[in-house]
Amino acid sequence: MAATQEEIVEGLAEIVNEIAGIPTEDVQLDKSFTDDLDVDSLSMVEVVVAAEERFDVKIPDDDVKNLKTVGDATNYILKHQA
Amino acid sequence: MSKIKAPKGAPFARIIGVGGYRPVRVVPNEVILETIDSSDEWIRSRSGIETRHWANDEETVAAMSIEASGKAIADAGINADQIGAVVVSTVSHFSQTPAVATEIADKLGTNKAAAFDISAGCAGFGYGLTLAKGMIVEGSAEYVLVIGVERLSDLTDLEDRATAFLFGDGAGAVVVGPSEEPHIGPTVWGSEGDKAGTIKQTVPWNEFLPHSRLRSSGGTATGDVSKLPLDSKGEIKFPAITQEGQAVFRWAVFEMAKVAQQALDAAGITPDDLDVFIPHQANERIIDSMVKTLKLPAHVTVARDVRTTGNTSAASIPLAMERLLATGEAKSGDTALVIGFGAGLVYAATVVTLP
Repeated sequence: MAATQEEIVEGLAEIVNEIAGIPTEDVQLDKSFTDDLDVDSLSMVEVVVAAEERFDVKIPDDDVKNLKTVGDATNYILKHQA
Repeated sequence: MSKIKAPKGAPFARIIGVGGYRPVRVVPNEVILETIDSSDEWIRSRSGIETRHWANDEETVAAMSIEASGKAIADAGINADQIGAVVVSTVSHFSQTPAVATEIADKLGTNKAAAFDISAGCAGFGYGLTLAKGMIVEGSAEYVLVIGVERLSDLTDLEDRATAFLFGDGAGAVVVGPSEEPHIGPTVWGSEGDKAGTIKQTVPWNEFLPHSRLRSSGGTATGDVSKLPLDSKGEIKFPAITQEGQAVFRWAVFEMAKVAQQALDAAGITPDDLDVFIPHQANERIIDSMVKTLKLPAHVTVARDVRTTGNTSAASIPLAMERLLATGEAKSGDTALVIGFGAGLVYAATVVTLP
């Protein structure tokens, strides 16, 4: 069953916490991965791969650069999840 | 049809000696920061690199190879005239013909050893090792010298903040010889040419050189040079290695971890059996993530030569191997997983016993 927006944000928060050590409560829709959450371009790849597995979605390299905020990633997953 | 006599080789092969050469000049991040807008902290956090070595005019591809090979031959305890073949992997020997391997074979004092260059980017050491093993088992050489050598400083765009800090120069060499037991596992290797654009030379020589020739003769550029990249002074840039960082990182960490696992499986080895992990020294972040993805146990020594040597492409694995043995972090007889991966994209992984 497809994940809801709330479930996706919660999942991303756990992933970002695991990869970058950021508290889960800091991971909110309006937060920028690089500017607010200390997720650099390489960590972002790890976040993306973990999100792909968790939400059964494919996020190609060309699309990764468009995912600036948690909201961008959440919307992308909502739209593309299987 | 006449009967052809079957070739007779050794039952197996193993690495019996290793040697490395690092150029005299050590280049800290401060020097890189003269041409890019970045910081020491940024470079270290994205790559783990603190210093790299850059070759001077005398430290040619051949000269560095001869130095590294001399050490490897001494370490192996053989004489150069016992070497039957010299395989050199490089992407930065600018005299395309003849192969640099022939000069190296001659200057080392081999007895007219077969000698040739291969082009397999950062997987070149594994490709060369696989060829060497085949030659020894097949019987066309008793000892094979495999060299990975690069002068990547010649192919570095010092104004590109994504790659200026990455590359270094150096040579690493191993001698592969006959063995009664298997000490080099099956190679898991391949290519993914559909991803050729992710790591490549910015401009092919045949597009760059006509312009360069005209300029040096005082003429003006003709033909379509409008697509050639320019530096900050408006000069056409010398060709350099460029890459798509995120795409390479994803492929290197997640796809190469699968290849590494396949190499372990092919050798009948579990991560618990491993003593040492020597991945291509591309970037410490890739190394960290591979270790995590492969779930390597804490007792496995991980090569992190990239910190002080930078990314030396085909040279990085033998250089890292040499350093681990020299510092005592690894010892002769240890079981090591080696994996190279890079431009092509190409890759090669195998399990070896350290010399």
